[in-house]
Amino acid sequence: MLNPLNLGLSLIFDPLSIFFQAVIILIAVPAFIYSFEYLKAHYSSKKIILGQVLFVLFIVSMLAVVSVSNVFMFLIAWELMSLISYFLVTFDSEQEKSIQAGTIYIVMTHIGTAFLIAAFFLMYKYCGSFDFSVIKTMLSSMPGTEKNIIFLLLLIGFGTKAGIVPLHIWLPYAHPQAPSHVSCLMSGVMIKTAIYGIIRFIICMLGVSSLWWGELVIVLAAISCLVGVIYALMEHDLKTLLAYHSVENIGIILLGIGSSMLFIKLGLIPLAILAMCAGLYHLVNHAVFKGLLFLCAGSVYNATGTRDMEKLGGLIKKMPWTSAYFLTGSMAISALPPLNGFVSEWLTLIVLFLGALAVTGGLKLFLCLTAAILALTGGLAAACFVKAFGITFLAKPRSVKAESAKECGTSMNLGMGILAFMTVALGIGAAYFIRIIAAVSANTLGAETLDFTLNNFILNPLGKGTYLSTPLISIVFISVMGITLFSLYLFLGKSKVSAGPTWDCGYYKLTSRNEYTATGFSKPFRLAFSFFLLPYKKLQKIKESHYHIKSFRYETHTTKIFRKYFYENLLGGVFNTAKYMRGIQTGSIHLYLGYILITVIILLIFMGRF
Amino acid sequence: MEVLSLISQTILIIIFAPLVSGIITKIKNNLRFRRGPSIFQPYYNLAKYFSKEAIISDSASWIFKATPYIVFASTVTAVMIIPVFIGGGITQYIGDFIAVIFLLALGRFFLALAGLDPATTFGGMGSSREMFISSFVEPVAIMAIFAAALTVGTTNLTALYGIGTMTTSLILAAASIFLITLAETARIPIDNQETHLELTMVHEAMVLEYGGRSLALLELAAYVKQLLFFIMISLFILPGFGGLLFLIAKILVLAIVVAFTEVSIAKMRLFRVVDFMFFAGILAILALIAIVLGV
Repeated sequence: MLNPLNLGLSLIFDPLSIFFQAVIILIAVPAFIYSFEYLKAHYSSKKIILGQVLFVLFIVSMLAVVSVSNVFMFLIAWELMSLISYFLVTFDSEQEKSIQAGTIYIVMTHIGTAFLIAAFFLMYKYCGSFDFSVIKTMLSSMPGTEKNIIFLLLLIGFGTKAGIVPLHIWLPYAHPQAPSHVSCLMSGVMIKTAIYGIIRFIICMLGVSSLWWGELVIVLAAISCLVGVIYALMEHDLKTLLAYHSVENIGIILLGIGSSMLFIKLGLIPLAILAMCAGLYHLVNHAVFKGLLFLCAGSVYNATGTRDMEKLGGLIKKMPWTSAYFLTGSMAISALPPLNGFVSEWLTLIVLFLGALAVTGGLKLFLCLTAAILALTGGLAAACFVKAFGITFLAKPRSVKAESAKECGTSMNLGMGILAFMTVALGIGAAYFIRIIAAVSANTLGAETLDFTLNNFILNPLGKGTYLSTPLISIVFISVMGITLFSLYLFLGKSKVSAGPTWDCGYYKLTSRNEYTATGFSKPFRLAFSFFLLPYKKLQKIKESHYHIKSFRYETHTTKIFRKYFYENLLGGVFNTAKYMRGIQTGSIHLYLGYILITVIILLIFMGRF
Repeated sequence: MEVLSLISQTILIIIFAPLVSGIITKIKNNLRFRRGPSIFQPYYNLAKYFSKEAIISDSASWIFKATPYIVFASTVTAVMIIPVFIGGGITQYIGDFIAVIFLLALGRFFLALAGLDPATTFGGMGSSREMFISSFVEPVAIMAIFAAALTVGTTNLTALYGIGTMTTSLILAAASIFLITLAETARIPIDNQETHLELTMVHEAMVLEYGGRSLALLELAAYVKQLLFFIMISLFILPGFGGLLFLIAKILVLAIVVAFTEVSIAKMRLFRVVDFMFFAGILAILALIAIVLGV
């Protein structure tokens, strides 16, 4: 028998691992270029060195996670990745908020890891090996109940890292608190390692054994999509908003992966390949545009010293490049053609459509409703990014800081530029990239490679007569725009335009206080989703004397129901239990020796019986 | 040749789009026992706008200037996908039914940004409301499209063109898409094209700061979008009765129904729109259930 603890560093380089390695490097390089100038603006030279060392270690640990071929090594790499990212989250350790965010992050991550360890030990107990390939062959004969248990454990473990609702709680704290180039990597790539885990351990090794696995993943994904985007709409901190969108996009990725699991079980292998292809394609797309958006948010923070949208505005004139990059990212995440987010969301919708076509009965309706939720998410995301871009970059500056903002330097611009270019390239060249990703997903599912394209320009999933061509859309779009401009110029001459102040209805001169605010913008959504957001307001009268009110202070908040009704109760329970447990801790060493004796006896009995 | 006929088809749609609005206005006025403007009034308006000069707010950026062209181009690109007289070939390669919805979203995204750009309260109010309404429109649209596409087995518009018979699910989907059309074309009970009252404006609030050529393009894009929705209902959701004459007849019937709806009910409060869309969504879900049951 193989030595179970054979810790030889064996690596795997199958298409799935290479795909994830490529995604990590794709985002890590621009983020690294960006980091030089960003760190210089905020930290001392010693701290910069520490930051860069941690950053490189972080990248290496993520690469290790997706490359090792041994469960034990996987856990070590996983834990390293979590710990290093914890140090990066608490990099601004003088800030109270960083420490708090770091604590929530490390606790949640370790709860997730605990579930993973439990799953891995169950696997080990059955297979007697930690090696991926051995486990895979041994697991095929495992009984269904144990498979279900392992599936749930793995789903909770990886779901915590991915930020699936309701395990997303750490994400909006940890991601914004890290330096921006780290947030870019955490949101763009680190949470994707959980998707790798789900594909590698659940789909490849465990094998989908029940229909409800796929359904559960799809339901959780749909909930994550909606909850993520609704919370993002309420958020006015630029980076927290982006972090909530990561929850949403992980949901969209998992819609693809979950559908793939469903179709595997139903025996619809071509559809399963297409679904996984859609999920993986959205994964790389999200990595690119979310990385880009986080870097842009970092530039805004660098230039203005604030992330609060209500204090920004008018940056498009001060920071033309950053605003163009942010617009590119916003369009991609809002699924607007011809950028990459559009193609992957379209592909996911087509997957759900073709799935609905193939199945019968209630499942058909289920897939159609999932598509509707995806569309709703898309609409809300577009609204959210109209808010994010419009309030931050357009109109007049809302504060002195925003007024004195300056465009960032070469290294930061280059980092963002690379990612913006990739956003466009992944959209226009969709057919080319989807062919590669289809090969990866086919290989992962152990099936023949399928081609979902007609040629290098036109997508044609499963030959059902459904086509999409982003290059053609772009050509038509640009030529219509060109022809319109040209013919208007030809027939009507140069446009007669003059600049003037915005019409103020004969009132005083308009100031930035007359602009619409982010809070105002999201008010309809706050009211429409009030059953979920439970908004409340605080009104405080600031009095000069008993009779004269100097000013009002008005705040609106939303209730984070998962935090309030689940986690706070849980935490209360933990503290209460700890209080009771304190009773047995008397300080007497004899008693402690007694406890050890009792523990050993119980363990001996336990080991003897099982 | 194919490209030429595609272009001429698109130009025809653009040319006739304002007429539909003129006809609706005429019917509405006749229903109210008024004479009303000529059915060619939208053309006169456009001609006037095109020749006027424009003042652009000094707080606006390039987004504000580019938006009319982006909105117009995205709407026209969506029209290019729709087969009206000719189909197949290059039109089907550009995109499918779902792509039409996303292309319209592109124009809307920029229009909402342009609403925020001139730093007025009205513009932002319009943008916020428009995005609010549209985010509820999209899921309903996708469900209705799925209902139509599941009947035929593909989302390819050329394949959907004029084939199939009238089924329960298609009638329900058509009803649901009709409600969406009211929202997307700024009609009562969602929005009101005839007013510039701050409390009710949605679409008009976003374009409030526009003038001259830009306004003309935005208005034209709105007319084209309206005709696009009418054509989608007539050709893909309610099949049968192919041919140009029947298409025109169907569009006229839709125009009459829209006019009747507008004069007979009042505009809704903004937050009632959610209920309205919910109703449209229920119709779409019923359409899907009808497909599952095979009726």
